[in-house]
Amino acid sequence: MAAESSPKIVIVDESPIRAAILEEGLREAGYTSVVHISEMHSLLARIYAVDPDIIVIDLENPSRDVLEQMFQVSRAVRRPIAMFVDQSDAASIEASVEAGVSAYIVDGLKKERIKPILDLCVSRFNAFARLQDELDRAKHALEERKVIDRAKGILMKLKGLTEDEAYVLLRSTAMREKKKIGEIAQSILTASELLK
Amino acid sequence: MTTPLRIGFIPLVDAAALIVAADKGFAAAEGLDITLVREVSWSNVRDKLNIGLFDAAHLLAPVAIASSLGLGHVKVPIVAPFNLGLNGNAITVSPSLHADIMKEIDGDRFDPMATALALSRVVAKRRKSGAEPLIFGMTFPFSTHNYQLRFWMAAGGVDPDEDVRLVVLPPPYMVDSLANGHVDAFCVGAPWNSIAVDLGIGHILHFVSDILVAAAEKVLAIRQNWAEKSPDMVAALVRAHLRAAEFIEQPDNRAEAAAILAQPERIGVDAEVIQRTLDGRLKISPDGAKRESERYLLVGRQGVARPDPAQAAWLYAQMVRWGQAAMKPDALKTAMDVFRPGLYDAAVGHHPAPADAPQAIGAFAGPPFDPDDIRGHLAAFKIGHWKP
Repeated sequence: MAAESSPKIVIVDESPIRAAILEEGLREAGYTSVVHISEMHSLLARIYAVDPDIIVIDLENPSRDVLEQMFQVSRAVRRPIAMFVDQSDAASIEASVEAGVSAYIVDGLKKERIKPILDLCVSRFNAFARLQDELDRAKHALEERKVIDRAKGILMKLKGLTEDEAYVLLRSTAMREKKKIGEIAQSILTASELLK
Repeated sequence: MTTPLRIGFIPLVDAAALIVAADKGFAAAEGLDITLVREVSWSNVRDKLNIGLFDAAHLLAPVAIASSLGLGHVKVPIVAPFNLGLNGNAITVSPSLHADIMKEIDGDRFDPMATALALSRVVAKRRKSGAEPLIFGMTFPFSTHNYQLRFWMAAGGVDPDEDVRLVVLPPPYMVDSLANGHVDAFCVGAPWNSIAVDLGIGHILHFVSDILVAAAEKVLAIRQNWAEKSPDMVAALVRAHLRAAEFIEQPDNRAEAAAILAQPERIGVDAEVIQRTLDGRLKISPDGAKRESERYLLVGRQGVARPDPAQAAWLYAQMVRWGQAAMKPDALKTAMDVFRPGLYDAAVGHHPAPADAPQAIGAFAGPPFDPDDIRGHLAAFKIGHWKP
């Protein structure tokens, strides 16, 4: 895509990581003119300063309602903006809302040019959500690991076990009680707090 | 057998009937298992309702109408079988704008004509001295807040599109924006006005019930095709909401209702602030002055839960007046058809309006509102986009 025909895209997102993932995706696809806005104060003025063709915003952002004002004819609004709306685009809108992203388009931009950008935003948002999910799971695993280590320490001290024996005790108790090792470990920590 | 329903809401006190219906067991008693989803923007609530991620929603009445007319967005017919609240908003101004208005006022400070005329003198003086135009925050282009602010200031001769600036601000940002001087005033629902007063950064200038005696505010919104397919579900929802509204309106239950609403995953502010709103007894200035009104926020009492199509007609007339919608008889009919007293009656039976029922609208300026003559009505107002 030639640089002069690349539409100007503004990303409104308070998450720097997600914005970076989206921006990278857009640049890889040849959209070279991308600006990230992370500050919500005077959002309309910031957007008008960039004068974009397309605005992308995440749905966790309360300032989405501010963008809706751009449909209006008023002194505060200099250039009318339309949403990517067309009754035939219901599927696109569904996909974007489910992914957690919404796009606003300046009137006049052709539909064929918008569709690939929106599709890219949807796939990058979904990728970010998966990444976030993995990160949450990794964090959780790390937390659980710490709890198990502390529970092992308590068992080793109170019952004079080796580390391996303490782990085996935890695991066999978990199996017998049909619970997770993490849960048994947590109850050991709770009990030892109570008995202090 | 219970039916699972996902219902979206914005953390505001006028979601009270919905939240209490879900959390106090009124919905469960009707066989409904409601999952409430707290949202951050009206755009999200609208879109998630439209595409079916929500079965129902706490929605600005004008958004339900705009969606049914396809204004500014995809056209999805919405119906409102239950009116969640009447009135409930207030106009809060910064201490300096309050002082300016009080300096100029000629008459009672709670008389909206007196304050609107004073505002127009403040605006004229500012223009003369080269000061920036005043900025008013409101919550959404298709909102009662937008129309209430416009109606009020235009009555005093202030053109909301020429003489001041109206900007959309998410409710949770209103108070900060007033504190930082990014706006001079705002119109928003509870609890945000009280929070600004408690922080000492705002004065409640008007309850919107000063401007309009009775204005539909939020509705329980559902997609028309869903309502047609599931009439039993709609009836069960309406009954659960009416029971909840009746519970909230019993003064003895107010503290419990406020505690339910105050939960962090619901509205998430102090129960005492919420109860002030339900009781209609508000602190209006940082010095502690209080003001009471019977009509501050009505949740179901005086028969107001039954949707009144005349309210929808008034909202449509505002869209026409301010250039958001074209004047068309079929559009008026579509708008009025959003408010469905028939669905309400089918659920709880038709009862004659109580003797104390407020007359719809009852604006402080202009001729009485007549849904059958919107042209004639709008022709009486000098300021506006629509010209006869």
